[in-house]
Amino acid sequence: MRTLTQRLRAFGAFWYDFVVGDDWRVAVVVVVALAATFGVSKTSIAAWWIMPAAVVIILPVSLWRARKKS
Amino acid sequence: MTGTGGALFAAVFLACAVEAVEAVTIVLAAGTARDWKSAGYGVGAGLFALAVITAALGPAVTAIPLGALRLLVGGLLLVFGLQWMRKAVLRASGHKDLHDEEAIFQRELAAAKSADAQSRWAVPDWYSFTLSFKGVLLEGLEVVFIVLTFGANAHDVPLAALAAVIAVVLVVLVGVAIKAPLSKVPENTMKFVVAVMLTTFGIFWGAEGADAHWPGNDGALLVIAPIVALYALSLVAVLRRSAPRPTSPAPELQTAER
Repeated sequence: MRTLTQRLRAFGAFWYDFVVGDDWRVAVVVVVALAATFGVSKTSIAAWWIMPAAVVIILPVSLWRARKKS
Repeated sequence: MTGTGGALFAAVFLACAVEAVEAVTIVLAAGTARDWKSAGYGVGAGLFALAVITAALGPAVTAIPLGALRLLVGGLLLVFGLQWMRKAVLRASGHKDLHDEEAIFQRELAAAKSADAQSRWAVPDWYSFTLSFKGVLLEGLEVVFIVLTFGANAHDVPLAALAAVIAVVLVVLVGVAIKAPLSKVPENTMKFVVAVMLTTFGIFWGAEGADAHWPGNDGALLVIAPIVALYALSLVAVLRRSAPRPTSPAPELQTAER
């Protein structure tokens, strides 16, 4: 029989895999980009470009890491 | 239906159709190899669990103020979209095997045939029940997530739900009619398109939620989507050069699963 701790751990692992997936760096970059967008939007500088820029940077980085693994 | 409404409908429809195809493959394997009655109970239990989750999450999601919702959901959609995009680009460039429903069906079928028979409570075959239940619940969770996030953000949950229902009913009807995995569905191409749409909406809503203002407002979506698609295709082209094994013919973004 699995203990409560094991069940909770499995539950947490499921949601981590569901939301974050194979590469946690992607999630970190998205969170940092959102924070940067929020910060820059409070200045006179346009902030809309930060999210697309984050995607342009993190997608190839994540792909290259996956390619190395494969 | 507005342009944004059309994009919302298309994104939810495609994403839900893909998830439904995967769930149908699992249920078909459980029913064909073991016991249709138990597989049916598993589908029912899975749908009930999804209904409970939706009833709990739905009002909570729609009660969040729009700015905070767009920030949260935009971020989640972008992480989700980039996960899909990563797999789609790796598949299209030959670095990951294409998603093959026929192969998955045969694998599930073999596993189901070799498992021991065991009845529990009113369920004649527990293996069929749990296989179907897990398939419906796990694939269904993604459907619920997509419907709630897209629908709540666009202030049109009914349209998102309608797109999901049409997609799921269509796939289930075809699956029941042919009683075989839907291997002719261009699933890999659909996943690529869904990845582009999730990423596009994630970028757009995430930035809006973080108080950025897009030039052209909603019209920016019409610029972001093709740029994301072109960028992903260019990454496919670059990665194909270092594909682990030469494939003949070249692994195109295929129109039909083999």
